[in-house]
This record gives sequence, structure tokens and C-alpha cells, in this order.
Amino acid sequence: MDKMPSSLPSQPESAKPQAASANEAIHVLNLYQTADKIYTRSLEGFYRSLRRWTWIPMLASYFLIPWLNIDGRQAVWFDLAERKFHIFWLTLWPQDLPFLAALLIISAFGLFTITNLAGRVWCGFSCPQTVWTSIFIAVEEWFEGDRNKRIKLDAQPWSVNKLARKSAVQLCWLLISLATGLTFVGYFNPIRELVPDLLQLTIGGAALFWLLLFTALTWANAGLMREQICLYVCPYARFQSVMFDSDTLIVSYDKARGEQRGSRKVNQDPGQLGLGDCVDCTLCVQVCPTGIDIRDGLQYECISCGLCIDACNTVMDKMHYPAGLISFTTENSLEKGTRFRLLRPRLLAYFAVLVLMCSVFVYEIGSRVALEIDVVRDRNMLYRVTEGGFVENSYKLKINNMDQRDHQYSISITSDQELIYRGQSEVGVAEGEAVEMLVRLLLPIDQITETNGDVEFVVTATTEPALQNSEISRFIAPLKNRD
Amino acid sequence: MSDFWSIWISVITFVVILGSVWLLMANRKTEVKGDLAEGEIPKTGHAYDGIEEYDNPLPAWWFWMFIASAVFSLVYLLLYPGLGNYKGLLGWTQESQWQERVDSANRVLDEQYKIYAATAIDDLAADPAALRMGRRLFNNNCSLCHGIGGVGANGFPDLSDSDWLYGGSAEAIIHSITQGRQGVMPAWGAALGDRGVEDVADFVMSLSGLPFDMQRAARGASQYQMFCVSCHGRDGGGMQALGAPNLKDNIWLYNQADTSLVENIRHSIRSGRNGAMPNHGEKLRAEKIHLISAYVYSLSQTNQQP
Repeated sequence: MDKMPSSLPSQPESAKPQAASANEAIHVLNLYQTADKIYTRSLEGFYRSLRRWTWIPMLASYFLIPWLNIDGRQAVWFDLAERKFHIFWLTLWPQDLPFLAALLIISAFGLFTITNLAGRVWCGFSCPQTVWTSIFIAVEEWFEGDRNKRIKLDAQPWSVNKLARKSAVQLCWLLISLATGLTFVGYFNPIRELVPDLLQLTIGGAALFWLLLFTALTWANAGLMREQICLYVCPYARFQSVMFDSDTLIVSYDKARGEQRGSRKVNQDPGQLGLGDCVDCTLCVQVCPTGIDIRDGLQYECISCGLCIDACNTVMDKMHYPAGLISFTTENSLEKGTRFRLLRPRLLAYFAVLVLMCSVFVYEIGSRVALEIDVVRDRNMLYRVTEGGFVENSYKLKINNMDQRDHQYSISITSDQELIYRGQSEVGVAEGEAVEMLVRLLLPIDQITETNGDVEFVVTATTEPALQNSEISRFIAPLKNRD
Repeated sequence: MSDFWSIWISVITFVVILGSVWLLMANRKTEVKGDLAEGEIPKTGHAYDGIEEYDNPLPAWWFWMFIASAVFSLVYLLLYPGLGNYKGLLGWTQESQWQERVDSANRVLDEQYKIYAATAIDDLAADPAALRMGRRLFNNNCSLCHGIGGVGANGFPDLSDSDWLYGGSAEAIIHSITQGRQGVMPAWGAALGDRGVEDVADFVMSLSGLPFDMQRAARGASQYQMFCVSCHGRDGGGMQALGAPNLKDNIWLYNQADTSLVENIRHSIRSGRNGAMPNHGEKLRAEKIHLISAYVYSLSQTNQQP
């Protein structure tokens, strides 16, 4: 649905009437248009408080999680320098990247599922873009007053009063942006070092760069761009409609009940005036964070925040009409009067796939062995013959302790042949460290039965037998036995 | 790049950038005939098969992003090499960037190297951190011939035992790595004849206490005194100044596994051997050689051969 370009009122002036043909006027359309600032009116209601209660835990976890410590280190710490992601009791290494990919795919699929169920509730109730924009608007409202006052203030020429209010808003925005950026960088650089560094102005180059960048982006996204991100940048806004069906919960205006809209007094009977229930107060438009009119039907701009429902219900209440002229409902309920259908093949399929993916993910994470070993045969030679009539193969054994504590590992080999193991049989590896050791396997020449036999290296944590990994390598011996 | 291609590329680049800007500016606005009725949503005047396009204006900040990217590309082309042979104001090259990173990595390493270079080999051989570094250097530079852990191979000496061709002192090891070694065993096949070669081989076997033929060895002993003694010594103990191996310790530098030991020895006597340890003094800096030497030295200290 197109909004009227802001330049429209001025168009009659810019239209150049042509003298030659009176009805062949030409008007100029500007194909780029500066968006009007949206001043949202804030009205209390069910969905507004619901939003608040979904935001508080999310904001609290975002800001507080970096401050949690486990075993003397930050509990959630994406250590890029060491390439280790610590997530509470789990430490992911670069070779665990598939987990991250799987997590992102699952998140995306979760979003699809919830979209099929209830439309863009992610946007209205959880998206950081919405959350931070709302916080910034709350700051504006605190210093500049409600919607009408803000419109008036912006129209005024600059004054001390205006400057003071605007500066206060910008200062608050900057502080919130700084806290947001600092927390974000704190997930990558230990926050308990970062904050003192910032206060003492000894913060390092890379950390400072990212801190400034995220502060600037937060400020720009929530202060300047706001709904422009949702309308023109966010890809989800553009493809969410493919997940919709006629049973998806959407914010809808009941046209049959609302039309013919028009103003009336509380004690007048709309039926007699030939009017529907909509009093055309435009409150639903004034509260909308993306600046649309929900009465025009489902639009891609709608972020399903439910604020227009709150606004309309307030008015319906005052008019002593039943609530729900605008409500979360489905296309089928509105048009056919059927009840909301939860058990429908599409949603069930989405949900089944989601559950399946989550189960596989949890199983894989759970059965992940925090020990990696690598056996590399000596690249120089296949084998060598040592004094005393032994054939010797040498291997580089790499043991990578991916667990979160130190371990002592015992090393053993299994093979069809009676191989003699020469090398350390136990090795201690510190948390997150990798050791490399030389292992030689010997076989008396007269006992060779295979020229290319398998040998399995098994590394087991001495205190934790379940922490075990193995790798198969080769033992190569000469074909022809010597005299 | 010849001047022609340099100009060709520059011209195309500018034409594309300026052309894009022109296209952008030319399509900022459109003129539509006819008056706009009250409340009517404007149309762009584009109509195809009866389908008309509503005016759906893009946000103005998109327009400015287009402009900004054009400006960015011009500034970028001014600063960096992008237009044919033009070098850019910053004088940036891939090579200089690489060199900068190498230099900055070396600055960090130099600190550590300085400390290690000032430490005696004996002390380094007892320092696990230094040995880890030495082992990595060894594995990168030496293990191709000497094997992981310096266990050696046919023709390449085992560095983990206590038998040394040129001596196992720290100074000798550093010398071997820095200057390289040339171990030449001349070919005696012509001088000794086939029987002579077999005789000497049996005598050499006897030195290490391996099974040998008494008669041949006895004949070989006199040949040995004539041909071999000047390098390998009267009792077969070898000579480290020349790199002549000790023949008494049952450690064999040339021991092809698919032939018997005595055949290997005969081959050495008949055709000679030419062992070459390349000189690493130019390839590796002295501090690195110092660390590798410490590692190699430590091998023979801790890893006594059974």
C-alpha cells in the first residue's frame, strides 16, 4: 500500500499548465521521497504491556549475560583471537562450525514456523530493531512530551527550550547506544576488562573501533532509520508473506463491522446514521510505529505489534461497543467466520521439522566428544629398519583437549599384528591446549604378516573413560622378508 | 601493462561511474501528463498492456547512498592502485602489506628469539617452551629428511640416538646446520674387485659383532688396513672430523630395507656414498638455528636408543 508522497500537497504549484492544450497539464513526480518522521502516540493496553514483558527478560539477558562468570572466565565469551566460543559449559572450536550453521538454520526455521502460526510477531515483540526504536521513542517522550507536543516542538524555530530538550534526548540516546555497543563488544572481549579500560581511556584499537561502530549503528538504527530498516532493508519483511496462509494470525480490521466509518456521538445509534463501528478517530494510525493504516488491510509494513488493537479497544470501550474491531485473527475467521485452526498440515509440518532439527542438534551437541586426535604418518619414509631386526613406522600424534579442564590421557593401539609401542603412554594436556608427540611402532621383521595393516590409535582420558577418541592409521612393512 | 591498456581501463572505469551517476540523476523525476484528481494516487505514466505503474517512491536515503558509493569509488581510485598503471596516492601494494605483516610478526618473535639466542643450548634443552618452538622449526625445516622427531631414514642420520657422524656437541650441531656437511665415501669397487668388496664387507660385519664369514673377514681385514683405515680408523671407530661413521656400533646410515644388511654394506664399499646435508645458514636466521640445535641436542639427551 502506497503512502501519499509528502511532496503531493505542493504538486499543484509545481504543475505547469500548458497554454496550448488546457487539459494537458504536466506534473512532476519525484521518484525518491524523504520519509516523514513518524510520531507515535503511546496508549496503554494489553499488547503494549505484553511487549514490555517479552522485552524485559530479553534486554536483561543481553545486558547481564556477559557479566556472568564460570570457572574463572566469562560464561559466554566468543573469543575470536583464540577462535573458541565459550557458551556456558560448552566450548566450541573452529571445527565445530557446523553447529553454528545448524543453530542459524534452526533459528531461521523457528522464525518460519512462528510466522506461519502468528505472522510477524517476531518483529513486533522481539526484534532488536523494534525494541531499541521503542526505547528511543520513550526517551523522546520523556523529554519532549507526547505525540502532539513533539510535532509542535519540531515545527518550532530553535529556542533554548528546544535545544535543551533535544540535547537531552541525544545525550540519552548516546548513552543507551554506548551501553549497547559496549555490551556487544563485551561478548567478544572480556567485559570485566573492557569497562575499566573504557573508564580509564586505555581501551585498545580493535575494541575501540567496534565499540564506536556499534554505538554509531545503534544510534543510527534506533534514532534515525527506525521503520525505514523494516520497510527497505530487512529481507524478512519482504519474504514473510510466503509463510502466510489463510489461517495465520494477523492484525486485522473487521471491515464488515467497521464500515461505513464516521464520527458520531456516544449516545447516537450508528445503525440509524448508516455507520459501522469505526468512529474514524485515526488513533490506530497515530500509534503505528511504521505509519500505516491497518484499515487498508494486510500490508507488508505491518510488524504485528498489536498497538493499533490497544488503541482501538480503548475507543470501543469508551463508545460502549464490543472490543475487537481490530484484533489478532485470521483471514478465514474474518471472511468465513470459522474458528482459528491450529492443527493444520502446513503448521504441523513446520513444527515437526523444527522439532526434528532441534532433537538432532541437541543429540549431536550432547554426544560431542571434547577430544580430537590426529595421527599423521611420517611423510619422509614408509618404514625404516632398525638394529635388532625391527621394522619401525613413526607417527605424529596430535591430541587436542577441547574440554574445559585439564586431562591426563592414556594412549593405546590395537592392531592385528603384535606391534610394539614406543613413546609416551600417558600425556597431560592442559585445557584448550594441543600437544604433538612422536610415536614409534615396531614389529620384528620375521613377524610381518601384512605389508599394509591397519592400526588404531585410541586416546582415553584416564579419569573419564567416556572421553575417548580414536583414529585408524597404517603400519607399513616391507613385502620381502630379509634373511 | 602497456599505456594503451592502462588508458583503456581508466576510461572504461570513469565512463561506468559517471554513466551510473548520469542514469541516477536522469531518473530522479518523471513528468506525467494530466492533472491529478483530488485524492488520486499518482501514477508514473508507465503503462504496458493496460497495466499502469503506481508511483512508489524509493526512500531519499537510497538516492544518497548511490551518490555516496560513486564518491567512495572515486576517492578509492584516487588513493589505491586501480586505474591501469596509476599507483595511487597511498602507494599501497600487496607486497608492502605482506611485508608489513611479516615485519610486525617478526618484531614480536624477535623479542623471544633475543632471549633464547642469549641462552646456552644446554639450558634451552631443558626449557619446554623453547623446545616446543624448536620442534616446530625442526618439523617445518628438517623432518622432511630426518623424520618426525629426528628418527632419520635410509641415508639420513638418526638424530635421536647418541651416535654422531660429526659430533653431538652443541657447537657441532650448530655447525652442521649452518654450514651443511658433505659426507663422501669413495667407490672402492674398481680397486678391490668383487671378491675384495665381499671380504671387506664381512670384516665390517665382524666389527659390530654380526654374523660373518671368518675366512673372508680375515682377508678383508688386510684390505681394510689398506683402504679404509685412514678415515674409519684402525679399530673402525670412525672419525668425526671427516664424518666417517663408526662401524662398530651396529647403526647403519645406508640400510635399504628390501636388501640384506651385508648387501647394503657391499654397495657402500663398491659404489661409494655421497651424503649431503645442505647449508641452512642462509635459509634460516641464526636465532632459529640456535633453537633447532637445542631441540636436536635434547633428542640425544632424553631419547637414548635402546
